[in-house]
Amino acid sequence: ICFENSMQNIVHNSDVSSESGDSTECVAEEASLILDEMAHRLQLSTVRFFVFTLSKAFKRLFRSVCVNEEGIQRLQQAVQEHPVVLLPSHRSYMDFLMMSYLLYMYDLPLPVIAAGMDFMSMKFVGEMLRMSGAFFIRRSFGGDKLYWAVFSEYVKTMLRNGYAPIEFFLEGTRSRTCKSLTPKTGLLNIVMEPFFKGELFDVNLVPVSISYERILEESLYARELLGIPKPKESTSGLLKARRVLSEDYGSMYVYFGHPVSVRSLTEGKITRSQYNLLPRCIPQKPSADTHEFLNDAAFRLVRIQEENMVLKPWVLIATLLLQNPDGMDLSSLAEQTDWLRHLALAFGAYLDWPDHEACSEVISCSLALHRHLLSVSAGHVQLSVTDAPQVESTPEEAVFHQAVVVLSCASYRNQILHVFLRPALLAVAMQSANSNRKDDVYNCFNFLRNMFSNEFILCPGDSVQDFEEACYLLMKRGVLQVLEHEIVMSASGHSTLAFLSSVLDPFLQGYQVVSRYLCEETNENLTEKEFIPAVRNFALKLILAGRLKCYEALSSDLQKNALAAFLRLKAVRKVKVGDQVTLKVNKIAVNSLEDTLGKSDVTSHQNSWCSSMAMFEIAI
Amino acid sequence: MTGRGCDLHQSPAESLTSDSKHGSSMASSSSSSSAQQRLRIIAGHLQKRPEDENASVAAQECKAEAPRSEPSSATPVPRRRQEIMKWNGWGYSDSRFLFNKKGQAEFTGKRYRLSGLILPSLKDWFEGTFGANLQHRSPATPSLNLSAVAPPNLNQPFVEDLKAAGLTVSHDPEDRVFRAHGHCLHEVFALREGRIGRVPDTVVWPSCHSDVEKIVELACEHNVCLIPYGGGTSVSSALECPREESRSIVSLDTSQMSRILWIDEKNLTAHVEAGIIGQDLERQLNERGFCTGHEPDSMEFSSLGGWVATRASGMKKNIYGNIEDLVVHIKMVTPRGVIEKSCLGPRMSTGPDIHHFILGSEGTLGVVTEVTLKIRPIPEYQKYGSVVFPNFQQGVACLREVARQRCAPASIRLMDNEQFQFGYRSQFKGFDPQHLCVATLLFEGDRGKVLQHEKQVYDIAAKFGGLAAGEDNGQRGYMLTFVIAYLRDLGMDYYVIGESFETSVPWDRVLDLCRNVKERIVRECKERGVQFPPLSTSRVTQTYDAGACVYFYFAFNYRGLSDPVHVYEQVEHAAREEILANGGSLSHHHGVGKLRKEWMKESVSGVGLGMLKSVKEYVDPQNIFGNRNLL
Repeated sequence: ICFENSMQNIVHNSDVSSESGDSTECVAEEASLILDEMAHRLQLSTVRFFVFTLSKAFKRLFRSVCVNEEGIQRLQQAVQEHPVVLLPSHRSYMDFLMMSYLLYMYDLPLPVIAAGMDFMSMKFVGEMLRMSGAFFIRRSFGGDKLYWAVFSEYVKTMLRNGYAPIEFFLEGTRSRTCKSLTPKTGLLNIVMEPFFKGELFDVNLVPVSISYERILEESLYARELLGIPKPKESTSGLLKARRVLSEDYGSMYVYFGHPVSVRSLTEGKITRSQYNLLPRCIPQKPSADTHEFLNDAAFRLVRIQEENMVLKPWVLIATLLLQNPDGMDLSSLAEQTDWLRHLALAFGAYLDWPDHEACSEVISCSLALHRHLLSVSAGHVQLSVTDAPQVESTPEEAVFHQAVVVLSCASYRNQILHVFLRPALLAVAMQSANSNRKDDVYNCFNFLRNMFSNEFILCPGDSVQDFEEACYLLMKRGVLQVLEHEIVMSASGHSTLAFLSSVLDPFLQGYQVVSRYLCEETNENLTEKEFIPAVRNFALKLILAGRLKCYEALSSDLQKNALAAFLRLKAVRKVKVGDQVTLKVNKIAVNSLEDTLGKSDVTSHQNSWCSSMAMFEIAI
Repeated sequence: MTGRGCDLHQSPAESLTSDSKHGSSMASSSSSSSAQQRLRIIAGHLQKRPEDENASVAAQECKAEAPRSEPSSATPVPRRRQEIMKWNGWGYSDSRFLFNKKGQAEFTGKRYRLSGLILPSLKDWFEGTFGANLQHRSPATPSLNLSAVAPPNLNQPFVEDLKAAGLTVSHDPEDRVFRAHGHCLHEVFALREGRIGRVPDTVVWPSCHSDVEKIVELACEHNVCLIPYGGGTSVSSALECPREESRSIVSLDTSQMSRILWIDEKNLTAHVEAGIIGQDLERQLNERGFCTGHEPDSMEFSSLGGWVATRASGMKKNIYGNIEDLVVHIKMVTPRGVIEKSCLGPRMSTGPDIHHFILGSEGTLGVVTEVTLKIRPIPEYQKYGSVVFPNFQQGVACLREVARQRCAPASIRLMDNEQFQFGYRSQFKGFDPQHLCVATLLFEGDRGKVLQHEKQVYDIAAKFGGLAAGEDNGQRGYMLTFVIAYLRDLGMDYYVIGESFETSVPWDRVLDLCRNVKERIVRECKERGVQFPPLSTSRVTQTYDAGACVYFYFAFNYRGLSDPVHVYEQVEHAAREEILANGGSLSHHHGVGKLRKEWMKESVSGVGLGMLKSVKEYVDPQNIFGNRNLL
């Protein structure tokens, strides 16, 4: 009833009706259609059925599902106090099934989940999900004001009534790379607004980190990144997925983080009285301040997700295998993994390393679980295609097969990137800076950080903090000495710095490939749509010609991020011509960026690139 | 008792010997014959001092006129207020709560309905609510330590000129201390501990408008700081002497300007000196068959001039209006001269209403000396009432509906569950005692209409699950309002401190604001080391077309805290922030004073504040009225 009232408010107050010229009745009807399409219909019987099925499935898929029970207790407490919003990371379809399953098992109120509309087209399953508490939102409704109004009122009503936690994914979609995605702020604004407007005393945000020892969608993702289109979610697709039931996916980890109070998060940052002058039922666009706050909060929440992500030994092994494309001897792999384990722990990684097992034992277990990505012979391990098709049809296909393996493996390395990211940026900056002077190094660090801010989770405005954190970690590790004006590498620091630099190497190379493509591309009317296939082709040619060894340059994710960075740095512009969006490239600027990146690249870093950075500034 | 299924138990505030007298009473005016009315008019004329003479009356003459034989003109508040009132607490010296040797609460004196009665369950409520213990006492310093009062910083030529003009002046420490504070918690707490801050150096008592003109003229000439003092009931630090003030500070006590100068029955107006206190004004008008209907909770002590200077609000504003609706004419003496309008027209379009520079000016511009007020015949019939609601939400919804239908009784107030538990602790069948709340009502008018009106309101209440709970329960609510300030003094004897504050807020935010502010108070107390859960309660005390006035009562047991007043102030500050963040106003009627000054700009915008400042700049360039309130 309460909701019906607010719906009426929407219909009367939103400027939809006045804009479209439709009568209020029309708008009301449309709104109720939207609502039908969206709403969840939580039914406990369905949930029980689902739980029964899921527990069977989960038992077959996973060796174990580990949950931090003190996190569950905190959640139980939080649910008593204020409305709760669950914010899980999103790596797999399993995520929200597992969330609901766990909450059910722990006797917590079942969440209502904002799920993408694509699920709805799975006829039977869609309805099942709906009855398990999922409600569906269109993937994009940027322009549709009525849709937005109905949707936000729906979410807020559920939150205000407080009968169930709301669950949604900050990252908006499943990360195909296992790197956290740049968070979206729209839904975060919706769940915070009842607090901003005083309708709730507080809202508890609970970041949840879900990690998999082996991801179900592993090779699917890799194929998708390589441009092999993803099948539309359909029930038959899911049935085929039954095949996965026979495989071993290791363990799964769910970590419920500390509840983050929106009230304390906003303290001193949001002036709630800005909402005093409009009736609260009228939807309001967030002010610039609010927007900045939301963005900042979203980044921080994703970082909490990252920090709480449980990592398996395999991510260390994957990192090392990617850095050694020609393979490694088992003994040196063991040695280096052990070294890396200590480095990761020193940097604060949340590593689930078996307590009383020998390193070699741990490694062979990991290798066994991921044997489909490896070839092991005579004590030598190498990433390779194992189930290669009998007939090697074309060289292109061979490249793609190898790329699938590399990208699959990279998705594991990516899980630990957040641990190494800041020191790695510093390591690269050290190598490319003109001098050891702190401000030189910082400038380089800042440039790289800026370049990669679409690629990794780097909180906007935290540049100095990140730099200091990196310095601190490397100093603590004895890699660097940070003096008042200088940063000096310690005698023993070389191997660590070399490792850290190569962590970023695929990204540096990948971005260079993209910029080289943009400089060499002659088509004046390159459309946005053509961009990905064209870059992929370009990279493929380079690989086939033996001029590029970095398969990750083929990843559409990297290519998109690089383009976003160039757009942000205004080296590329979007121009709308008719229905098409074309990309206008400022070749001088892109070239200069490429130079700068090239000089950061471990393979060639004699020349200073700070001078070219100055050039770049002139160019743009 | 009209309530069905009511099973009344002893409430903490209910007396053992509680009489069953009904709240409704026939006013005596119904007996008035035309002969008596004529007599009254004649009496009024006898008392009247013609307006036009006023200007020429010298101070000496106006003083000679002061003692009057008229029986209805009660003697004003004595100059030495401390003779009948507490120097370090609320109200009359003879009236106070105490726990007797048996541990039972008593209210002393003879003035109130509760006076002389034993309140057996107050102890349990007190100990239960605050975790207080009668063994743990925190008594006040028994008497004022005169040596703690700094010697007056006198401006001798000014004092001599005052005396030469025949004005009554005092430098007595007791007089000065009495006028150095209002009734904020920190002010009273300091007095109880015997700590005396900056106090006025001189007290002067003008007897009429022209006395005030003389004082202000001399103050300008000698550059002394004037702080007008009316009833002394401020709860905004408005009477505190600014620490940075280096000039001699003179407290201008208006209490001797307390005459009703004339009553105009044709236009239903009365012209009154601004020093008169509420109860005297009402009593004297009643004797002549009239009332103003302006009844702020402080009306026993607060003055007409104070109401004007703070934009006061009365309990029965639904019939009579707030002070700004009641005034027809105001006369104020400023350093620039006298400000007043030229006629008594009921409304005018002559630019911004200059009354609104005066209303709420909080003593920063001048002294209000005389006010023409609307008066009404005493209502024929008065009836209390009460409604219990299953919960606060339903109660607020009912009040909102009453406001929507514009059928609010003279007064309608909704207490939340915590206040209900203090005031009633009754059981109502079918109501959860942990959630139920009560609305108290007061109807006024002619008998037929009151009964009709009553039915309308109870019908609305029924739609929201409200159940009529009798006249007694209603009257008790209003009676408690007058003694609640005395209760604070009792609390302070046992480590419990507290205060009330208020706001106004649009209807749709009332519930959210109440919940958020109450919770914020509880949370802030916890974070600041308060060992016991605080009492954090709210009530809706006034309804308007577009919103309501909300009151918060907040008190806690401060045992274990080294600086309880500081903690209290921090919590109140946080609560005010919360109010503002939830769409509440800085104040509905208490005013800004110095306590809430920091939020003025935010509240009225920079331009708004600049406007007020420029008025101050023009009217009082020397800052003679230097209490530093508001701006």
